[in-house]
Amino acid sequence: MTKWINKGSKPTRTGFGEGVRAAGSKNDKIVGLGADITQSVGMHFFAEAYPERFFSLGIAEQNAVGVAAGLALSGKIPVFSTYGVFAAHRAADQIRISLCYNNLHVIIGGAHAGISVGPDGATHQALEDIASLRALPNMTILSPCDATQAFIAVQKAVEALNNPVYIRFGREAVTDFTVEDQHFEIGKAQSMRNGRDLCIIATGHLVWEAIQAAETLADKGIEAAVINMHTIKPLDEDAIITAAQKYEKIVTAEEHQITGGLGSAVAEVLAENSPARLLRIGMPNRFGESGTAEELLAKYQLDAKGIAHQIGSWINS
Amino acid sequence: MKTFYEQAWQIRKLILESLAEAGSGHTGSSLGLADVFAVLYHQVLHHNPLNPDWEERDRLVLSIGHVAPVLYATLAHAGYFPVEELKTLRKLGSRLQGHPGRDFGLPGIELSAGSLGQGLSVALGMAMADKMDNKHRRTYCILGDGELQEGSVWEAIMAASHHQTDNLCAVVDRNGLQIDGPTEQVMKLESLEDRWKSFGWNVISVDGHDHAALMNAFESAQKMKGKPTVLLAKTIMGKGVKSIENDYHWHGKAPSKEQLEGFLNELNKSRYYD
Ligand SMILES: Cc1ncc(C[n+]2csc(CCOP(=O)(O)OP(=O)(O)O)c2C)c(N)n1
Ligand SMILES: [Mg+2]
Repeated sequence: MTKWINKGSKPTRTGFGEGVRAAGSKNDKIVGLGADITQSVGMHFFAEAYPERFFSLGIAEQNAVGVAAGLALSGKIPVFSTYGVFAAHRAADQIRISLCYNNLHVIIGGAHAGISVGPDGATHQALEDIASLRALPNMTILSPCDATQAFIAVQKAVEALNNPVYIRFGREAVTDFTVEDQHFEIGKAQSMRNGRDLCIIATGHLVWEAIQAAETLADKGIEAAVINMHTIKPLDEDAIITAAQKYEKIVTAEEHQITGGLGSAVAEVLAENSPARLLRIGMPNRFGESGTAEELLAKYQLDAKGIAHQIGSWINS
Repeated sequence: MKTFYEQAWQIRKLILESLAEAGSGHTGSSLGLADVFAVLYHQVLHHNPLNPDWEERDRLVLSIGHVAPVLYATLAHAGYFPVEELKTLRKLGSRLQGHPGRDFGLPGIELSAGSLGQGLSVALGMAMADKMDNKHRRTYCILGDGELQEGSVWEAIMAASHHQTDNLCAVVDRNGLQIDGPTEQVMKLESLEDRWKSFGWNVISVDGHDHAALMNAFESAQKMKGKPTVLLAKTIMGKGVKSIENDYHWHGKAPSKEQLEGFLNELNKSRYYD
């Protein structure tokens, strides 16, 4: 069981940005790249601390990914952060060929993940980034659940890997609840809560919501376990199979389309190994819209209340 | 000035033989670039075929992965790997992939490429890293002219002049042709000189089959401070095999084994051109 404690709220992008700065202080091979949204994606911490290692490349994501590849081929460890929508879709081919086919150690920050981006609306809400990146060989996809974990994910991506890494994180301040000295291993899910009746496998911001939903369900006599799937690729299949065998009912929760994201990934593992009843909670094959983060999470039943409600109706059906 | 026409001729011969053996592949621009490659690998690049990963080597990024045959032939001819291995081009298990793939372990391959419009960005990243590290080696990038229709190339062109990477030298294979026909009909590129210049590059137009002119151009690129240089190298697609010269249908076709002898005869007749 991974211990956690509510430490107040903090944006995951801040955790990411502070993580890049911290990694940069220990390793002078870290180089930052900016595409005109430097502060918004958390890269200003690094850019201000290490201006000689930060390069502005303008609003040109395809070129930025290629430049990152070239830097990596010269022994640097580049971090290029932009909105997840632009990384995964505008620069998709560069990520596929220049990064993944060449298998280069580059860290791509995928900011503004999910519907909780809020008022900017559908264009800026990354809801298909996992789907488009998950199929790529050599790629690692991390989806930390809070600012503390985002910070740690960056350190691990620098130290423990030697391949392309996509780190997905959100915009809004959300509950920061994992602890600094947590055991975080890429590809190993964290168990956040024990249960009896079902298991919620959540990722990103929805891990906290899932924990809260489990509390609500407990009041109604439903005991839900919660797993934090902070690594989408490589996926911790053992954790999924174990949960399926133990609980027989699995729920996935993510700020992403239910097609192609965590829900699909879990469905693949279940179908091949240990069939279980599955409820996929996420975006139901539609684009997002404007609103506050809170309003949108409520509308699409992705907040604790909505998740508990969806599970309640499903389990009784 | 020493020239390398004999080497270019050998490279063309190896290109034709390997493509005929493969049964598919890109003949036209591979032949068209043989002079550029001969000059680069015999005169311009600091490299060592016996130590391909030499830290101080100049790096050549082939953005147009489809002309892999000219790169492979040049590398084999220069001693990076046995010439015999060219016979495995495009075959299962070969290190000579249809488009260069680093994963397959062929020495001398700097980048896996084949999706047009990516190489100049990567070359730029390499040049930026060398500037950071105060390394004095240079990075070369070979582009196609049709490739310049990809918008991402212009992102890289803009960024290279912004970052003043004078250690970067691009070569555009200006053969005027692409798959669907002449570039100016498919999508107009002219005036290329003005376009690159207005993006802040040092532009040199050069005959891509004239070794002395190419060497002078590369030398003046080396002397240029504060700006990257592009060589707009005017070439003839299919150069050396008269019957297919300037015929865009030969962009992506290989000679059959039956055609090979005739092509080699034609090549023989062009042996001492200059
Ligand atoms: C992104 C992308 N689009 C299309 C292709 C298919 N393709 C390969 S070569 C080529 C023509 C390139 O023209 P040019 O750069 O002039 O090369 P040349 O025909 O002269 O060899 C095309 C369209 C590709 N490889 N990559
Ligand atoms: Mg052409």
